Amino acid sequence: MSELAVFIADDEAPARGRLRELLDDIAQEIPTRVVGEARNGLEAVERLPASGAQVLLLDIQMPGMGGIEVARHLARLPQPPAVVFVTAHDRHAVEAFELNALDYLLKPVRAERLAVALRKAMAAGPTAAEPLARAAGQAREYLSAAERNRILLVPLRDVLFFKAELKYVTLRTREHEHLIEESLVALEREFADKFVRIHRNCLVAKSAIRGFERAADEDDEPRWLVVLDGLDEKLPISRRQWPTLRDLMAEK
Amino acid sequence: MASIRQNDYPDAVPDFRNLGVIARVLVGVNLLALAAALYSASSWPQVIEQFIAAAAYLEPLLLGGVVLLYAFAPLLARLAYWPGCAAVLGLVLLLAAVSHLWWLGAAGVLRTLVLAALVVTVLLGYLRLLAKAYSPALAEARLQALQARIRPHFLFNSLNAVLALIRRDPKRAERTLEDLADLFRTLMSDGRQFVRLADEIALLERYASIEQLRLGERLRVVWELDGAPPDALLPPLLLQPLLENAIYHGVEPGTDAGEVLVRIEQRGQRVLARVENPYYPEYQHRAGNRMAQANIRERLQLFFDAEASLETGVRNGRYVVQIELPYRSRGARRA
Repeated sequence: MSELAVFIADDEAPARGRLRELLDDIAQEIPTRVVGEARNGLEAVERLPASGAQVLLLDIQMPGMGGIEVARHLARLPQPPAVVFVTAHDRHAVEAFELNALDYLLKPVRAERLAVALRKAMAAGPTAAEPLARAAGQAREYLSAAERNRILLVPLRDVLFFKAELKYVTLRTREHEHLIEESLVALEREFADKFVRIHRNCLVAKSAIRGFERAADEDDEPRWLVVLDGLDEKLPISRRQWPTLRDLMAEK
Repeated sequence: MASIRQNDYPDAVPDFRNLGVIARVLVGVNLLALAAALYSASSWPQVIEQFIAAAAYLEPLLLGGVVLLYAFAPLLARLAYWPGCAAVLGLVLLLAAVSHLWWLGAAGVLRTLVLAALVVTVLLGYLRLLAKAYSPALAEARLQALQARIRPHFLFNSLNAVLALIRRDPKRAERTLEDLADLFRTLMSDGRQFVRLADEIALLERYASIEQLRLGERLRVVWELDGAPPDALLPPLLLQPLLENAIYHGVEPGTDAGEVLVRIEQRGQRVLARVENPYYPEYQHRAGNRMAQANIRERLQLFFDAEASLETGVRNGRYVVQIELPYRSRGARRA
């Protein structure tokens, strides 16, 4: 049997050391090789894709980005790892894992439990995005696009708008434009408190709206455009969404 | 309330040096005077007139009584409850008689004495009810429920860190387990007994050294303890939750190193304890901060009534918590 490539992500150095020791202890039974480590969530997203890891031992509570969000982004990789969550004490997360059949270990981790989890992970293969999304319980702080050996992260606070075009959704920041594989409906649901729909095909960040501009009338009905902070492009508002937007700005 | 720290909770003479008691006496007596004015007057202007007339006569006596009881408080506290109440009554009556004879002569002195006795009885009764409401079973249950609890998150992560040390650095593993044992001994001790500030500080240092092991260079604790009076008394584990919160909310969410400041000092008859940590507004949803603070606030109230306070705020991008308590030491009476 070839060695299993394992990646360890935990913000506490002793916890990473402990997992390495345990992997050594069960090496007879399950030969493994640690192909990388990360001290926080962002580092894990950055380093794992190129490491070739098959299994990710992932702490839930980490600075920068929590474990569950890390797993959601990594699930976009062409060959995502099998994820085994590790937590000291997080009742809500554990309940969500149980509910969505995600594997987890409790700290302090026992060697036998680790062996079982690794064997299960090998049998089950990569962890899918859907159960992770269901287990998350809160909106992501980043959006991601997978490139071949790399995950590109865009902080949600930088996003000005999402626009649906045929098969893809375009995400626009002040400087860039990215294609992401998500549906506008799902995005609208996840980020309902920060984004508002202005048109059948477009969601705009509430905080980026500077005002409205009247465009040429059409059939004697005024048409309106959204003016955004730091962007010249103006986005049309559908007749149906106009009252909602007007009320929203009146509240501001 | 004094009786909290006694095992079988007998009634105790109110502490007439406690701000809460003094405030209640002042407000109580004036309310009684207002009630009397309302009862005897026939119109609103008359109520005010009568109240002011009564006040002119009452306030000097009231203030005199408060000062007298303040002066005698240490002696009164040594008495059992009923003799103590009798002594309070006696002192007040004596004051009332002397001041009445001095200013108004012998006429009506009996009426004044009866009135004073009634007021004293009503107030003592009220203070006793109040002490009961805060005290025996109820206060004990509340204190036990309120006694600071260490987050399970901390316990399991610490055990995990010790397990990681056992093979590589057995000495340090031993020390850490000893620190954990001390921490839990205090945690499971009687939450009603005061501890010395020096002991609470030692506990803070043990706690910090365990966190240091987990977080390594990410955690930097700066101690400013030169002005701390080691003999000051305070409820156990009053400060530890503040340090725990500071690390949990101010250091753990950060990817960079975070500095926590612990400053304890004495200013006159007050003890000031201040904990500062980096502030991450976006992580305020991490549960438990407000609960721990509400918990400390309620314990402060149970132990010190109105004489202690807890304040929080954000200053220069750092989250600051400050506790102020009266300085009391073992030598003083209420130890």
